[in-house]
Amino acid sequence: MSPRDLRVRRQASKIRADLQLIADMIEPGARVLDIGCGDGALLEHLAFAKQVTGRGIELSQEGVNACVSQGLSVIQGDADTDLTDYPAGAFDYAILSQTLQATHDPRHVLEQLVRIGRRAIVSFPNFGHWQSRLYLLCRGRMPVTAALPASWHETPNIHFCTIRDFSALCHELGISVERALSLDARGQATPQQSLHLANLFGQSALFLLRKD
Amino acid sequence: MNKQDLAETWAARVETLPGARVELGRDRPLRLDCGVELGPFTMAYQTYGSLNSERSNAVLVCHALTGDQYLAGDHPITGKPGWWDMMVGPGKTLDTERYFVICANVPGGCMGSIGPREINPATGEPWGLGFPVITVADMVRAQVLLLDHLGIERLFCSLGGSMGGMQVVQLAASYPERIFAAVPIATSGRHTAQNIAFHEVGRQAIMADPNWCDGDYYRHGKVPSRGLAVARMAAHITYLSEPALTRKFGRRLQDRSGVTYGFEADFQVESYLRHQGSTFVDRFDANSYLYITRAMDYFDLAADYDGSLAKAFQDTPVRYCVISFTSDWLFPTSESRDLVRALNASAADVSFVEIESDKGHDAFLLEEPEFWDTLRGFLFGCGEQLGLTAP
Repeated sequence: MSPRDLRVRRQASKIRADLQLIADMIEPGARVLDIGCGDGALLEHLAFAKQVTGRGIELSQEGVNACVSQGLSVIQGDADTDLTDYPAGAFDYAILSQTLQATHDPRHVLEQLVRIGRRAIVSFPNFGHWQSRLYLLCRGRMPVTAALPASWHETPNIHFCTIRDFSALCHELGISVERALSLDARGQATPQQSLHLANLFGQSALFLLRKD
Repeated sequence: MNKQDLAETWAARVETLPGARVELGRDRPLRLDCGVELGPFTMAYQTYGSLNSERSNAVLVCHALTGDQYLAGDHPITGKPGWWDMMVGPGKTLDTERYFVICANVPGGCMGSIGPREINPATGEPWGLGFPVITVADMVRAQVLLLDHLGIERLFCSLGGSMGGMQVVQLAASYPERIFAAVPIATSGRHTAQNIAFHEVGRQAIMADPNWCDGDYYRHGKVPSRGLAVARMAAHITYLSEPALTRKFGRRLQDRSGVTYGFEADFQVESYLRHQGSTFVDRFDANSYLYITRAMDYFDLAADYDGSLAKAFQDTPVRYCVISFTSDWLFPTSESRDLVRALNASAADVSFVEIESDKGHDAFLLEEPEFWDTLRGFLFGCGEQLGLTAP
């Protein structure tokens, strides 16, 4: 498939619901860094729909090659080690989608995100969801759910947290939460009355952050 | 053959080389890093495809240490396909129906551009070691003079591997306004101690050959073939990888059923290296080898920017695509990563891909479809950003 064919196909198809929510937070023409950009679906969408200046970092070689051969600016790299290279405020948005829980030092990564981006957008699976709680309570074993299907010994997710844990870390680091959404299994935003309810019923969470 | 014949044979051979030659630096000589002013001087170059009406589709390919301007088609001396024949041509990655591809023999080379084998007009004799030491930055200055001559204000892209990549990086750092996209391949922002060491072995092999005559072998009608061949053999090992050598040769014997308990080329790998050495001397000048390896040794881009590679790329508008190969131990991925890190520190537009290959440093010259696809995609994306039109 030629780069153009791939691009046309991409533009015709819709992106994942949670990625669409991220895209909705970004204004046209912004400078965006997508960390853990995978095959570049979000970057491609943002470039097409919002004319952003997009960059990506991706750990897997396959993902990087797929992105670059589509004309996206992506480097092979690691959120844990490579974010320190960027100057402060280099981007309007630094995005970390469903990756924070797989990093070695989430605290450091979070600090870097709000340093290099004027704003950071972070999404992660919520370990505080009632299904996970019930699983652990009833079976006494690490939860294996539809949203988190891997067993403890094979999951790449080494730093699970709940929505409340994440909020507490932001508070500790002096990071302002501009928006917080809890998402259902399909990645759609679900209105919640409180942090506690969001923490109980959100399959995953999406935060828009800023450090003053 | 007497020395007069040898000089005339060489002059005749250069004259008959196909492609374009141009005299540059006539109005204003080229001021080299070593302080010498060079000019007028000849640059030999090849072009493939045609320039579009906006003059926006020019691609400058920079060749490596022992490469030359003959990218595609049959090489005029070896008769073999040009060093990037698989890459350059209609419908290929560097599509000559879309891009105007230029490649020039570097100053110091031996394929028609000024170099130690050419005649020094001041003496009427070959330059020999009287030729000034050139640097990668000098090569780039010469390339820019060639672009001026061709009326190309801004390149669509410049790309090259190894020393070619050094030129690309230098060009993009020194003349960011002259280049839209840069693709440094299997290269580095500086030549490492290990690489300088390998080059020194090659140079010492040449200089130890009695036929070298202190670099004055042209006048003595001699060629330091054995020294140059040994230099090439040693260097060739560094271009490959242990897995590639094992895959290609293993411990297999050359046309014999057992070892001979002597020092003939018992092993296929020995025979191969000897062949590499002996064919190289037919197409390359020993003094050029000294000069060009020296240029690479001196390359250290950060040194010109207070030791900070990031400063070399500050506020660069150039789009970069850095490419390395997993089994390249001469210009390992870590060197490319240093470039990427410096580019990121300047918030430059950079892509970086490490291609899985067991072919070592030479991978950039060989069939590597993933490398080609990546490059094609990058060029395509840049073409879209620029609104590039085919000629």
